[in-house]
Amino acid sequence: MKIVVCVKQVPDTWSEKKLDPATKTLDRASVDGVMNELDEYAVEEALKIAEATSGEVVVLSMGPEQSTETIRKALSMGADAGIHILDDGLAGSDAVATSLAIAKVIEGRGADLVIFGSESTDARMSVVPAMVAERLGLPQLTFANKVEAPGDGTVKAHRLTDYGYDVVEASTPAVISVVEKINEPRYPSFKGIMAAKKKPVETISLADAGIESASVGLGAAWSEVAEFADAPARAAGTIVTDEGDGGTKIADYLSEQKFI
Amino acid sequence: MDLRLSDEHEALRKAVEAFAHDVVGPVIGDYYARGEFPYPLVSQMAEMGLFGLPFPEEYGGMGGDYAALCVAIEELARVDSSIAITLEAAVSLGAMPIYRFGSDELKAQWLPKLTSGQMLGAFGLTEPGAGSDAGGTRTTARLDGDEWVINGTKAFITNSGTDITGLITVTAVTGEHDGRKEISSILVPAGTAGLSVSEPYKKVGWDASDTHEVSLVDVRVPAANLVGQRGRGYAQFLSILDEGRIAIAALATGLAQGCVDESVRYAHDREAFGRPIGTNQAVQFMIADMQMRAHLSRLSWREAAGRMQRGEPFKQQAAIAKLYTSEAAMDNARAATQVHGGYGFMIEFPAGRFYRDAKILEIGEGTSEVQRMLIARDLGLPGA
Repeated sequence: MKIVVCVKQVPDTWSEKKLDPATKTLDRASVDGVMNELDEYAVEEALKIAEATSGEVVVLSMGPEQSTETIRKALSMGADAGIHILDDGLAGSDAVATSLAIAKVIEGRGADLVIFGSESTDARMSVVPAMVAERLGLPQLTFANKVEAPGDGTVKAHRLTDYGYDVVEASTPAVISVVEKINEPRYPSFKGIMAAKKKPVETISLADAGIESASVGLGAAWSEVAEFADAPARAAGTIVTDEGDGGTKIADYLSEQKFI
Repeated sequence: MDLRLSDEHEALRKAVEAFAHDVVGPVIGDYYARGEFPYPLVSQMAEMGLFGLPFPEEYGGMGGDYAALCVAIEELARVDSSIAITLEAAVSLGAMPIYRFGSDELKAQWLPKLTSGQMLGAFGLTEPGAGSDAGGTRTTARLDGDEWVINGTKAFITNSGTDITGLITVTAVTGEHDGRKEISSILVPAGTAGLSVSEPYKKVGWDASDTHEVSLVDVRVPAANLVGQRGRGYAQFLSILDEGRIAIAALATGLAQGCVDESVRYAHDREAFGRPIGTNQAVQFMIADMQMRAHLSRLSWREAAGRMQRGEPFKQQAAIAKLYTSEAAMDNARAATQVHGGYGFMIEFPAGRFYRDAKILEIGEGTSEVQRMLIARDLGLPGA
């Protein structure tokens, strides 16, 4: 089974993120880049499926030069090969353009499963997996917290909903996005880190992938950031005074927020 | 002129940093308070290959180098010293003597289990009456047919009494030449009749690490369990100790840096008189000095490790690194506790643990006095 797992380098989750006033896009230079946390679960899931089915894992990332660090990390965890979609023309691409580039590259190479993290911690739109599936004409099993892909041409997933989960099934090839805690992502070993140096990483430009530069990048974005402002300071919390009904009030609140 | 880590060492550093922060940090305080050995953490360290870092793949190792081990130890010690010393002792003292001096048979039999972290090795040198003074060794081993018969007591032996301890290599007097004791190293598998460990010591720090007194009463092991040459046991150990000092220096650097990490966080969060305590220059200067010591500590172990790995003399630099970093760790622990005020005296705050864990660094693997003696000797001072 050939599995393509898509990863994104994002600004360190715990750092303070800033927008660049000139381009109104994320200022990536001012903070350290790390692999998007949810993508670590995607890589782990891909590796587990590949290990069980003697499959192959190809890690795919679209992003600037330094995204190779994130590809190397996935390779050091155990992925077999990497593809880096790298082109200055991609800067500022929105979800629509990103899905176009990723779909084009996957289309040319084929995959039995395409696995994503369900969202990135910087853009947080959660739509790229679905868009890629649409573009490729493949079934999509998104927001999965359990995946079974025995390598027999089917894939089954538990798809998280507000109140529980749906069990969904599709034939492969298919696109999956996974949620947090689906597994415990492994830490790369030093042997894995050393081995990653020797694994192939192919760099693909827009021209290589047959993508017109007018269809991607900031200029092609369907949406535009008109203005932005700092997040307002966090408001004070609600204090519930217990007048004998504190328990009920807390339960009502939790129920209102759909926690229970 | 470059003391930066290679890309691979940096990737390893990040992986261990994430493990220490995400996995060790949240639970280690409870193990420490209970004085319990953290088996689940050690098993995850084994999965990451940390116990095999400086060993070749033919013995199940990761094919890395000693610097890789030191990088991992530093990152672990930034969060907790107990697990850092468990790794340091298992690799530098448990497995390394067998790898360096053991016969092919001993290596094939023991190293894969040690490098995978499935089993921990210990080294028994120190005795109730002899540490740095080898001449004081009282444990004896005599050949009886094709077996060594060993009798004696070893003190302060790290990793000697865990459920996964597989062997203890002990130094013992195997003869006498011209009034000088002949000292050899002999591998004793765990579970050998006559080998026993006492109840764990009640220590001032390192509470989640395993330390016991070891007693050997008519312990019989095959003659082939001699590690290295007969009569070279102490000399061999000393050569291991020089590199071990670099590993301890990395551990001390981690503790010194952990003190900075915790103090910076606390200086932001803790308010007094209506503002964060970090706005006080007295606190800023304390933390700036701590960072200076942590930084210099890192430079000193990396420089010594670089010399060692290039095959250059490094005895003096290892002694300086061990001496400077252990004193820096102690100074930083004292300062971090001060920054934390009353909470610095509580074990559940890392600063409190760091304070208790720092002192042993000025004692273990050669006291600060021994390090000064080594430096003086290396400088050729009269009588040194």
